[in-house]
Amino acid sequence: MMDWISVSLLAVGAVFTLLAAVGVMRLPDLFTRMQASTKSATLGVACMMMATLTHFGDLTVSARALLIVAALFLTAPVAAHAIGRAAYLRGVELWDGTMFDELREHREGRTSRTRGERGRGDAFDHEDEDLARAGELTGAGADRRR
Amino acid sequence: MSPFVVETAAAVVLAVLALSAVLAFVRIVRGPTLPDRVVAIDLIATVAVGVLAASAIAFNQPALLQPALVLGLITFLGTVAFARYVQRTGQR
Repeated sequence: MMDWISVSLLAVGAVFTLLAAVGVMRLPDLFTRMQASTKSATLGVACMMMATLTHFGDLTVSARALLIVAALFLTAPVAAHAIGRAAYLRGVELWDGTMFDELREHREGRTSRTRGERGRGDAFDHEDEDLARAGELTGAGADRRR
Repeated sequence: MSPFVVETAAAVVLAVLALSAVLAFVRIVRGPTLPDRVVAIDLIATVAVGVLAASAIAFNQPALLQPALVLGLITFLGTVAFARYVQRTGQR
């Protein structure tokens, strides 16, 4: 019985991890790829850790497996947030089909604008000035450090 | 039931994880920007944690979970360091 639980957890974990890798290879831009890598891979590895827990059934091994899962669940979102924010601020391009860019709305102070008004063409129109803005803001920070 | 069914499944899972690492490596080669490669490296490290977990089952060595824990924590530091680097110096 426990063996079958281990086998199914291993299989589910492997499928999730493989899906994460396929997503990282095939999805169109950095932010969607990050979606695949951070969520799906973390869940897959957590499933495999649960498989080791049920397979060995030892207290020390179980504690270690739970510790690894806790560490992954704590660190993966923080790392993804850090790299995503850094990439956005340095002007990495969003996918053409991106519908909402709430961080830009926030930074431009246009909070009164309703979300539904932003169409797909609109995202293109402001792209250049947004890149310039991002460069200007972070460039000012870089100058201050030098 | 055969006693080695879990070990066999873990060996198959190791092959699937190797395929995942290869797919992530394709993304490292293709880029196009540094954050893309950092995300792919992060994924490879996560896959490596999974490989250690599957190896612990396949070779019946629970001690392999200790390097998995260390690897998971070190990866986080590496990604955050890369994020700070990207934020300060640009995406190339």
